[in-house]
Amino acid sequence: MELFNQILIKNGLIFAFLAVGVLMLITNLLSRYFFKNKIPGVALAIGAALVLAYFGNQHGIADFSLFGGMALLGGAMFRDFTIVATSMGASFNELKKAGVAGVISLFLGVVVTFFIGGGIGYLMGYRDAISFTTIGAGACTYIVGPITGASLGAPSEIIAISVAAGVIKTIFITIITPIIAKKIGLDNPLTAMIFGGIVGTTSGVAAGLAATDPKLVPYGALTATFYTGLGVMICPTVLYFIVKLILN
Amino acid sequence: MKIYGVALLALCFLAGQILGTYLGDWLGTGGNVGGVGFGMLFLILLNDRFNLSRHYTTESKDGITFWSAMYIPVVIAMSATLNVKSALTGGWVALFAGIIGTSASMLLIPWLAKKFRTKSN
Repeated sequence: MELFNQILIKNGLIFAFLAVGVLMLITNLLSRYFFKNKIPGVALAIGAALVLAYFGNQHGIADFSLFGGMALLGGAMFRDFTIVATSMGASFNELKKAGVAGVISLFLGVVVTFFIGGGIGYLMGYRDAISFTTIGAGACTYIVGPITGASLGAPSEIIAISVAAGVIKTIFITIITPIIAKKIGLDNPLTAMIFGGIVGTTSGVAAGLAATDPKLVPYGALTATFYTGLGVMICPTVLYFIVKLILN
Repeated sequence: MKIYGVALLALCFLAGQILGTYLGDWLGTGGNVGGVGFGMLFLILLNDRFNLSRHYTTESKDGITFWSAMYIPVVIAMSATLNVKSALTGGWVALFAGIIGTSASMLLIPWLAKKFRTKSN
């Protein structure tokens, strides 16, 4: 057994690929058969990962040498590299299709969510500019939060809060969208595009719209794909400076 | 060649990191200011530009789409390595920030839709 563990520790990054793959398989099956696709498998997997991290300390599950490779796979280098790769699907021609309504809803969506999310953190005791910005960015999406937090040097527990906020947002959107769809007039492409730009997290938007009317998914996804990009661009820069100005 | 796509991605990523780090230095905040965002912007621009060229093959692009598909697994690995134990004291913050922030912005949807519908008519 000792020898067996040594092999896995020595090949930590490869073992991390296997571990994440197995976790995603389990959560995707759970999402399909237990939650009837009501909660996206991705949100479940991130939630499960946060629970697993609870068993470790400062570096979550990576505090166990067996899972040391998770710190490399989930570290800043791979995270930033893969997030840059996601912009491959976006194109300015696509954004033109979304038009002025799409662009305005994107900006409003990021800014409003950021200040309300950060403001709630402020009211609950996270009062410095870095925490405000990181939690506000996390309220946008679970990917904007950690990227913003890392670039501002936020401590790991603040980043964990920001990821959790983003995950809760995704789950919340998925559940609430079909319920409120009628009230907010979510039955046509234009509103779907505004919806995608305002709420932003792609997995939540896609899952929520699919449960409402599958025909609307591409319209919502069209604007939602730009949300994370816009978030990582303005949260650690323009919005951080505004927060700093206000709080000082 | 798939490596061409990976190399293009690496170029955009590094250019973004360099620009972000120098910007942070210049602004006096330190750290990396918006580096990921710049990297994404470079990739969108170069991708749009190269799409006009027949040398930019689907296979080259596959080198980028693979890494783009790895982003969710990487985010999961990242979540598993965060300091959740000490974040738990802030668990309510996450809950409220996630739900209230989203609900408030959702209230804007009918208003925006109405604004743009009347404009286009």
